[in-house]
Amino acid sequence: MPKDTGIGASSKRREDVRFLTGVGNYTDDLSLHAQTHAVMVRSTVAHGRIVKIDTARAAAMPGVLAVFTGEDFAAVGGNPAGWLINSRDGTPMREPKRPVLAHGKVRHVGDAYAAIIAETYAQAKDAAQALSDDTQIEELPAIVDMKAALADASNRVHDEIPDNLCFDWGWIEDNRAAVDAAMQAAPHKVTLELTNNRLVPNAMEPRASIGEYFPGTGDYKLTTTSQNPHLTRLLIAAFVMGIPENKLQVVAPDVGGGFGSKIYHYGEEALVLAAAKRLGRPVRWTAERTESFLSDAHGRDHVTKIELGCTKEGDILAIRTETHANVGAYLSNFSTATPTFLHGTLMSGPYKVPHVYVNVKAVFTNTAPVDAYRGAGRPEATYSLERVIDMMARELGLDPFEVRRRNLLTPDQFPYQSPVGLMYDTGNYQATLDKAVELGDVAGFEARRAASAAKGKLRGMGLSTWIEACGIAPSNLVGILGSRVGLYDAATVRVNATGNISVMVGAHSHGQGHETVFAQVVAEKLGIPESSVEIVHGDTAKIPFGMGSYGSRSLAVCGSAMDRAMDKIIAKGKKIAAHMLEAAEGDISFADGKFSVAGTDKAKTFGEIAFSAYVPHNYPLETLEPGLEETAFYDPANFTYPAGAYICEVEVDPDTGRVEVASFTCADDFGNVMNPMIVEGQVHGGVGQGIGQALLENTTYDENGQLLTGSFMDYAMPRADDVPFYTVDASCATPCTHNPLGVKGCGEAGAIGSPPAVINAVIDALHRGGITHVKHIDMPVSPGRVWQAINA
Amino acid sequence: MQMNDTRVIKANTSEVWAAILNPEVLKDCIPGCTEISGSPADGFEATVTQKVGPVKATFKGAVTLSEMVENESLKISGEGKGGPAGFAKGGAVVRMESIPEGTQLTYEVEASVGGKLAQLGSRIIDGFAKKMADEFFNRFQAAVEGPTTEDEAVAETDESGDAETKKGWFKRLIS
Repeated sequence: MPKDTGIGASSKRREDVRFLTGVGNYTDDLSLHAQTHAVMVRSTVAHGRIVKIDTARAAAMPGVLAVFTGEDFAAVGGNPAGWLINSRDGTPMREPKRPVLAHGKVRHVGDAYAAIIAETYAQAKDAAQALSDDTQIEELPAIVDMKAALADASNRVHDEIPDNLCFDWGWIEDNRAAVDAAMQAAPHKVTLELTNNRLVPNAMEPRASIGEYFPGTGDYKLTTTSQNPHLTRLLIAAFVMGIPENKLQVVAPDVGGGFGSKIYHYGEEALVLAAAKRLGRPVRWTAERTESFLSDAHGRDHVTKIELGCTKEGDILAIRTETHANVGAYLSNFSTATPTFLHGTLMSGPYKVPHVYVNVKAVFTNTAPVDAYRGAGRPEATYSLERVIDMMARELGLDPFEVRRRNLLTPDQFPYQSPVGLMYDTGNYQATLDKAVELGDVAGFEARRAASAAKGKLRGMGLSTWIEACGIAPSNLVGILGSRVGLYDAATVRVNATGNISVMVGAHSHGQGHETVFAQVVAEKLGIPESSVEIVHGDTAKIPFGMGSYGSRSLAVCGSAMDRAMDKIIAKGKKIAAHMLEAAEGDISFADGKFSVAGTDKAKTFGEIAFSAYVPHNYPLETLEPGLEETAFYDPANFTYPAGAYICEVEVDPDTGRVEVASFTCADDFGNVMNPMIVEGQVHGGVGQGIGQALLENTTYDENGQLLTGSFMDYAMPRADDVPFYTVDASCATPCTHNPLGVKGCGEAGAIGSPPAVINAVIDALHRGGITHVKHIDMPVSPGRVWQAINA
Repeated sequence: MQMNDTRVIKANTSEVWAAILNPEVLKDCIPGCTEISGSPADGFEATVTQKVGPVKATFKGAVTLSEMVENESLKISGEGKGGPAGFAKGGAVVRMESIPEGTQLTYEVEASVGGKLAQLGSRIIDGFAKKMADEFFNRFQAAVEGPTTEDEAVAETDESGDAETKKGWFKRLIS
């Protein structure tokens, strides 16, 4: 019987009621007395020296209250990278200052170098245009191609960085010689060069920020579209503006999607705060869609050469990669971690590979910053690995399913120390593969292929067996790896006097459904109705602390903090119950919402205990404080390791090159599942984004650094008719061994596992159709690219 | 983007050369040009209104003539700022060669756009630039040599037609 409440129930998403009926509370919905409007003035050239900004005319225009330029922020700090990466030679990465507004130089189209604050949006917009017209920028040659950037020291994104190289990272450098030797000795070697296409995150809600300043107290308030308000506060306080944390409140109300792009602190947030202080009035800014395309941190953009050494029977002996990772013009907060520790550490995948070496060169270019985007580094690793393994199977004439079975780790090999630094705790990769084969009806493929052929279509099947490390992560480990922050999370469980509960969580929900799932977890543990639990998030003034939501970590890390806080609540409740029931504390047990004395029928309900804690008339006041509220910080012992097997079937039209996804089957291991419906929805969304990357999405800069895909007319997002009805299963669960809920995280899985399954299916379709000269097609496999590959 | 083309103009090279240096000719030949001032030596200031796909804008910018070899070749470069629309830059290297039919004009055009034009109009910019170049040289040809044969046929049946109308307006000015 499926449960209808608590853990494991598909409780309906309570937040959807307000989202779907138009009564959500997004940043731009907020209207404040005496508010003013900010418009950013952005560079239209990719690379240029600011010669002169003449603010006089713009400043005198109707309604204009203030004009800011880079000069105004020359004295404040820069927006830092969150991870320090060392190059192979031990030198630290090059970390140029990322100012609030560009100063001296502009470094990408959309780089903001000034801002106008005016009474109305239209006035600010007009003045921004005037200021743009009155600005002299000497255009410099744009640096767009990564390899060209490294080769030409005369043209620099940052004057102080001669070869545009941020770092040249080796993982694990000490193993390099052994990997080279194993590769050399391997009986067969497969080499593949591929591009992981650059993506624009395209959250439905564009970025928006409102700054307020209260002169009476000297307090600031920032309302902003953030996935992690505490992190934003920390960055503004400690690095950028120097506002003490106790004078800055950051609120991230309802946020309409982020996919990573709203993890980071952006200059506009500092700008509205500074402007609010100068004017003594609220200052609001909302990105236009084009601004989102130009200035949100983009994703992916790797160019990789992957080599695989193997036996003729398909045993993988060694893997070696060399990747150029585009970091854009500035280092966004996670941009140095994404291509390194979220990518290199996954390069052995779910396989037992003795020798792996990863080299990543991060390169500055005159393009928007690139950072974590749903999956962040792990999709890039998975794509390289799953493509090269498929190519190996094809070259050796082996079955791609059998090749994977041959190399997958087996359940008895856990915990498993990977050659690239991770300790996988649990998994059963055979089980998910078997499940995918069953649900995807692999046995019936030939009949479907024949049916497609009868329609003139080439049908192919692609497999991807993926793993990720998520629930990031143990602070001591990430500290060794270069993280400048901890990655724990926190929760406060506040039992109110009448027995209902407010839970203040550090994770932020911007579409994931935390308000529903977290309430289920609390209701289950405390034996109370879900409706009695309210989840509070997104406000630094309300919640104890939190590192936010990304890396599929909310439930694994923050959910565990919540679980620990509930343990404390139950422990205190037992003390209260022992006093009220005149029993020894050790004899009190808690189950189904009742504190009972073992072996008797004496019991107190959770509500009675809560009431007693707040009305402590009969209460052990000498030894116990009144009230019932507990906070826990939780720092996990390890990452979590979700894994799965995805099977994609495509139909390719050989005449036009058009690819249609015919079916997509997912068998995942997410550990324990709290809400199957929400998990399935997360997989749908992730796979949809993965199919988008594989078939449609691409971010194109021309040789002058102009963004050519700056609108939805040129940047193809997946639509409903581009994706099939998915088959999704999460029944092959091996619970995480080190968090109290046994959960692994599901938010990024679909985007990680799906792109190689799609491309493998396309190549398979072509080969089965006799078009065997096509070894690889780079994403997105648009009709044009497929047609050209067929007819090459 | 880049493109090349060639065409024959029924006029001698010195006539073609003089036409290219004449701001009035440029004004008449640059599609959408509403204003032009300046001289070949100092360069021209031009105002051009154009619609590129979804973006309509008035570009103000400078047109400079360089690498001038009289009656042989020159380079025309222009850069226009279109306010919110972004900017457009372009250049054409034009060569003239005397042939029995008149002058063979060869041009290599290079154009690029930036800002909103690139973000919203990049799909159509190549076609647009080609159309602009074709139109420029069509008009230029008409200005120098007069109406095309179909136009002449019309002109001949026109009672008011006289020999003068068969010449391009520029040729009339200098002849």
